[in-house]
Amino acid sequence: MQQIVNFIIRNKVFLLFLLLFSVSIGFTIQSHSYHKSKFINSANFLSGGIYNASNGISDYFDLKEQNKILQEENNRLKTILFNTNIGLDSTYIDTISFDKKYKFSTAQVIKNSYSQNNNVLTINKGANDSIRIDLGVITSKGLLGIIDNTSSGYATVLSILNTTSNISAQLKKTNHFGSLHWNGISEKYIQLTEIPEVAPVVIGDTIITSGRSDIFPKGIPIGIVKDFKLDESENYYDIEVFLFNDMTNIEHVYIIENKDTKIIKELIEKNNE
Amino acid sequence: MNNLFSIHTVRFIILVLIQVLLLSHINFMGYITPYLYILFILLYPIKNNRMLFVFLSFLLGLSVDMFLDSGGMHAAATLTISYIRPVALKFSFGSVYEHQTIKFSAIDFGQRLTYITILTIVHHFILFSLDIFNFSKILLVLKNTLFSSIFTIILCVLISIIFSSANKK
Repeated sequence: MQQIVNFIIRNKVFLLFLLLFSVSIGFTIQSHSYHKSKFINSANFLSGGIYNASNGISDYFDLKEQNKILQEENNRLKTILFNTNIGLDSTYIDTISFDKKYKFSTAQVIKNSYSQNNNVLTINKGANDSIRIDLGVITSKGLLGIIDNTSSGYATVLSILNTTSNISAQLKKTNHFGSLHWNGISEKYIQLTEIPEVAPVVIGDTIITSGRSDIFPKGIPIGIVKDFKLDESENYYDIEVFLFNDMTNIEHVYIIENKDTKIIKELIEKNNE
Repeated sequence: MNNLFSIHTVRFIILVLIQVLLLSHINFMGYITPYLYILFILLYPIKNNRMLFVFLSFLLGLSVDMFLDSGGMHAAATLTISYIRPVALKFSFGSVYEHQTIKFSAIDFGQRLTYITILTIVHHFILFSLDIFNFSKILLVLKNTLFSSIFTIILCVLISIIFSSANKK
């Protein structure tokens, strides 16, 4: 017994080192798996607050650029609105028609990240604004990511520029779908794999979300085909997609909530039984 | 002692804030980022309570992790260099360290550079291996380690020179 106590006292620094090292390795492994980094993330009160304060200063420098982006979006939406046949003066027949499937809310990015292997963004809305884990996040130009963690006032977004992210996407002109991964090399390009060989892929084609998951609706723009080749098995295309989003300049984002998520999940569970 | 403690607390907070608000956004040429916050470990007094020092380094890494959403890799890297610091000190300063009489402002430039270089490279290597977490990409790890280390070392040396000369006056 005496010897054990002596051993612990003699090697206490090494033991402390080992303990803390295994704790940090544990956190690291957690952060590499999807939706697991529960304890150490920037959505908490302290880091969220500091990022918010710093963003309060720095977003003035970017106002002109952001205004232009929002104006472009307004322009695009107005074009769609005035060119469709829905009369602007039409009245709703009943209250049910107000009930849309997707609910949008806005937020501001207070911390952007794009140069690491696993990029995570922080936004200034959290559980108090009914932001939940697994909601989709887009910008005016295209896909951005999925909510990863929330605290009361802030939330973190798992960017598509994250080697663990995996989102279903498809070609705009046909319904061939595959999954979107990032290889960690350039923040301008993302990789679309598992598009079947029969799909008529052409350089310049638009890639959109497929709506096959319950997170994103179908048709959110992602990017255009930059380059494509057959993979080793020669059954599927590996496509290099040029993103519409400038991932280095993101300020205003939209959060999409699918109101049918619960029903879809219940259905899937029933199927699995 | 009280004075010393407060200096290190302030340095801790300022270095973390500078790191997360400023330096982590540099991304020179897309991937080169200096990690200046290890200056806290480099400049921590030699005569110390080792348990406390190791624990503080862990806390430093963890607070940077919290801001950068990187899990625990900064914590693991800072913890390791704080643990191996005595070895690095002995290697670069030799007999002066044995008598525990070093003052960082008083030693010559070459020895200080060796000391900073050893710890920076170890730190960056662990950091990037945990970040990339893929043995087949070892070349990418080494490339990131090399370039970011150069950047970090230059910054560390510059900052330590600027502040040590200010103290002498």
